[in-house]
Amino acid sequence: MFGRLSFSAIPYENPVTIGAVAGAMVLGVVILALITYYRKWTYLWTEWLTSLDHKRIGVMYIILALIMLLRGFSDAIMMRSQQALAAGTSQGYLPPGHFDQVFSAHGSIMIIFMAMPFLVGLMNIAVPQQIGARDVAFPFMNSVSFWLTATGALLVMVSLGLGEFSKAGWSGYAPLTERQYSPGTGVDYWMWAFQIAGAGSLMSGINFLVTILKMRAPGMTLMRMPMFVWTTFVTNVLMIFAFPVLTVALALLALDRYLGMHFFTNELGGNMMMYVNLFWIWGHPEVYIVILPAFGIFSEVVATFSGKRLFGYTSLVYATVAIMVLSFSVWVHHFFTMGAGPNVNTFFGITTMMIAVPTGVKTFNWLFTMYRGRIRFTTPMYWTLAFIVTFVIGGMAGVLLSIPPADYVLHNSLFLIAHFHNMLIPGALFGFLAGYAYWFPKAVGFRLNETWGKRAFWAWVVGFYLAFVPLYVLGFMGMPRRMQHYANLAWQPYLVVAAMGAAVIMLGILFQMIQLFVSIRERDANRDLTGDPWDGHTLEWATSSPPAVYNFAKIPVVHDIDAFRDMKEKGVAYRQPDQYRDIEMPKNSAKGLFIGAFAFLFGFGLVWYIWWLAILGALGMLLTVIARGSDDDTDYIIPAAEVERIENQRYRQLSAAMDRRAEGQIAPEPLAQV
Amino acid sequence: MKRRGHFGFAGLSALGTAAFLGGCRHVVLFDPKGPIGGAERSVILVAIALMLIVVIPVFVMSFLFARRYRASNAKATYTPKWSYSGKIDLITWLVPVAIVTALGILAWSQTHRLNPYKPINGGIKPVTIEAVSLDWKWLFIYPDHHIASVNELVFPAKVPLSFRITSDTVMTSFFIPQLGSQIYAMAGMQTRLHLMADEPGVYLGQNQQYSGKGFSNMHFEAIAVPEEQFEAWVEKAKQSPEELDLARFEEIAKPSVGYPVTSFSSVEPDLFDSIIRKYRPANVNPGAMSEETGSTHRKSVFREGS
Repeated sequence: MFGRLSFSAIPYENPVTIGAVAGAMVLGVVILALITYYRKWTYLWTEWLTSLDHKRIGVMYIILALIMLLRGFSDAIMMRSQQALAAGTSQGYLPPGHFDQVFSAHGSIMIIFMAMPFLVGLMNIAVPQQIGARDVAFPFMNSVSFWLTATGALLVMVSLGLGEFSKAGWSGYAPLTERQYSPGTGVDYWMWAFQIAGAGSLMSGINFLVTILKMRAPGMTLMRMPMFVWTTFVTNVLMIFAFPVLTVALALLALDRYLGMHFFTNELGGNMMMYVNLFWIWGHPEVYIVILPAFGIFSEVVATFSGKRLFGYTSLVYATVAIMVLSFSVWVHHFFTMGAGPNVNTFFGITTMMIAVPTGVKTFNWLFTMYRGRIRFTTPMYWTLAFIVTFVIGGMAGVLLSIPPADYVLHNSLFLIAHFHNMLIPGALFGFLAGYAYWFPKAVGFRLNETWGKRAFWAWVVGFYLAFVPLYVLGFMGMPRRMQHYANLAWQPYLVVAAMGAAVIMLGILFQMIQLFVSIRERDANRDLTGDPWDGHTLEWATSSPPAVYNFAKIPVVHDIDAFRDMKEKGVAYRQPDQYRDIEMPKNSAKGLFIGAFAFLFGFGLVWYIWWLAILGALGMLLTVIARGSDDDTDYIIPAAEVERIENQRYRQLSAAMDRRAEGQIAPEPLAQV
Repeated sequence: MKRRGHFGFAGLSALGTAAFLGGCRHVVLFDPKGPIGGAERSVILVAIALMLIVVIPVFVMSFLFARRYRASNAKATYTPKWSYSGKIDLITWLVPVAIVTALGILAWSQTHRLNPYKPINGGIKPVTIEAVSLDWKWLFIYPDHHIASVNELVFPAKVPLSFRITSDTVMTSFFIPQLGSQIYAMAGMQTRLHLMADEPGVYLGQNQQYSGKGFSNMHFEAIAVPEEQFEAWVEKAKQSPEELDLARFEEIAKPSVGYPVTSFSSVEPDLFDSIIRKYRPANVNPGAMSEETGSTHRKSVFREGS
């Protein structure tokens, strides 16, 4: 009846895990109680959970990403403290089985359940507005994507309290992930969480690709798209080509584990290197999936806060596309040490270092955007500057690793860990945090507190260097990654410093939470009444903050890359149209949420061998999709009169804000003086 | 193969090492004890030096531009519409292209030179060692001497070592940092590695690839000794009461952590190949491995035997 699920699946004997589970459950109960107490269930259901509005879905994605950031960071701080302690004869406080789950969960969560939802959330908020559209191409599919991602995250969280998570690393190399070596539920949780969230990511990729290709405002040619739209576009292409490879690799692994097949086993013709190849054919483009949107954000931020046009737009576009193409030709650099011949290794080494060329071009373009600008040092600009300086160090380490003989000694060491964290933290996370601060007023209607934002920034940056420079040195000292304990006492001082760095980063996260709290408390002082808090260049700043559900009452016509700047200069940015038309928008739908719920039953059933539950989940998903497909009543009309009422209100607010601006009550360009 | 300093960058690498490491002996990759490790250190230092050509200007420009063009500095030129310069565009593409070209040439020549499959030519007959990765210990078979040891690798200094490597469990990576290159150990497959120690010493050897619960304990001492001492060690091993037959091997192969250092006075003939055959009956043909170039080995190692 319950497969291999029994009460023994609860890790009673492990105080660290039980503490975490209890904490999460108490927090969950408190939140549910608060929602009930304030009678917010209806609001939550109609305005958020069932909403197909891309901006709402975007906010939910980011909330998911921030929650998972906390979880992934808890794993990080456990690893750092364990390694700071477990030197010589000491075993630290995490036994091998537990430590192995912690690092596997950290990687899986940070990539799939933190970075991915964060970037898809930002895309959701910004892209349709930047291209002058009212929604994405497939609003319902957008909701399904979100709920599948959330379901994957939920499976990972459930593994904390029921059974175990994978002990085979986030990359899950076979044959360690085969049933013979990993008989427990861990690998199954990891695999199905990835599969379900991966399906969501694939759908997001398709959705945004179509949105960008088909729904741009008139006049917005491809070479007039904002840089973030370009990088999103390229990321979507990568998602569409890369994620199916992961799906296949994990499906073959599932056949091995569930039906005793031999794709990646040691014996009977299996070949584990096939898995490794497939994994990295997805895995390397995945790095660019995560980083490219951040490059787009940095491009928007640096142009806006330098008060200038982006330097070398065409070069940046070509550089982005070059990275897209090259990213599929480098995957072997993840395993130069498998014994391939020198010609193969050199080929992949050189394709890898070639990526440094477009990346270098981008860096110089950002710098020359600042050149002869008027730089306003807001929090997003801080993140961008720290990114540029820090990222080139990580890039240097990456090019070093691309030279096979250097990789022969640095592979799988802490140098590698330092390198890719040096790419992903400044390259992706700093970008997302910049985007979070940059678009927060657009999504929510008020700006974030700058003081706490900068405090968080400094803690993050200082903590980052403290945590990862020692790891570079440890790589040169020969320390392998993923060690639960070690005998070499010379490594310990560096690991202690790295642990202190993690603690400083924790302060950064704490400051960010305080920032959110303070900003909500002071929201009235920081309201964005004009919809254009930063003197922006692109179309998302032409809408109100937060925008009406339809974003644009009248679809704008684009004449320039910096479409909104162009409108402001021509004096047409705030011209109210003479008349409005009816607008058709998608109705709310709970079916996305139901598909996510059924996907959870499906995944959970498979993890625990509860076959009836898995079948129920699969059937449920199928029937929900059919039901949605048979539903012809999916849209509703906002009558022209209603649009006019909303827009009149917006223009009253706008002109009041403009008057106050003219009277000097608010600064013409907020935060200009630094 | 020539010793380190082959590039003519010897001065640079020595200077670099001394400058930023202060000769710290714990930084093992900068304290190599063999020609492979030495050459790999030079590759690392040369590559870093080349890359600094781009990296340093980025640092300087970031700080200068951010400071000079701050909004509060009204004296600085402001050109909001300026967004393109053919000259700058050309330089920003060409400089990285030039550096990557140089690095590509370096990668090409050094990857061929430091191919782990390529034997070290010293006019000396290499010592062949067959390394088998087990959960969570290393078995070293000396086929020429018909002895074996667990978790201890003793070998003569100044003599090339020729490793044949496989795994009887999940994938691991065989690595002695101070001697140079690591290589994966994979079940049903054989990889090759050629190393040499320039001087006697005790070096740390380890599994560099996470392989499950006992991974952190999967390290061993790689002991380079003068040649005559090596002969003595072989003789001593031959006196060992332990013999490595199939039954004993099966017992060692069982997962365990902290397996004590053990020597075996005899080894089941053909043990190494039989471990590979266990997983790939049709695929064992070590003779097909190209000792000279190493460039054709992939066929024999990775392609399925029919």
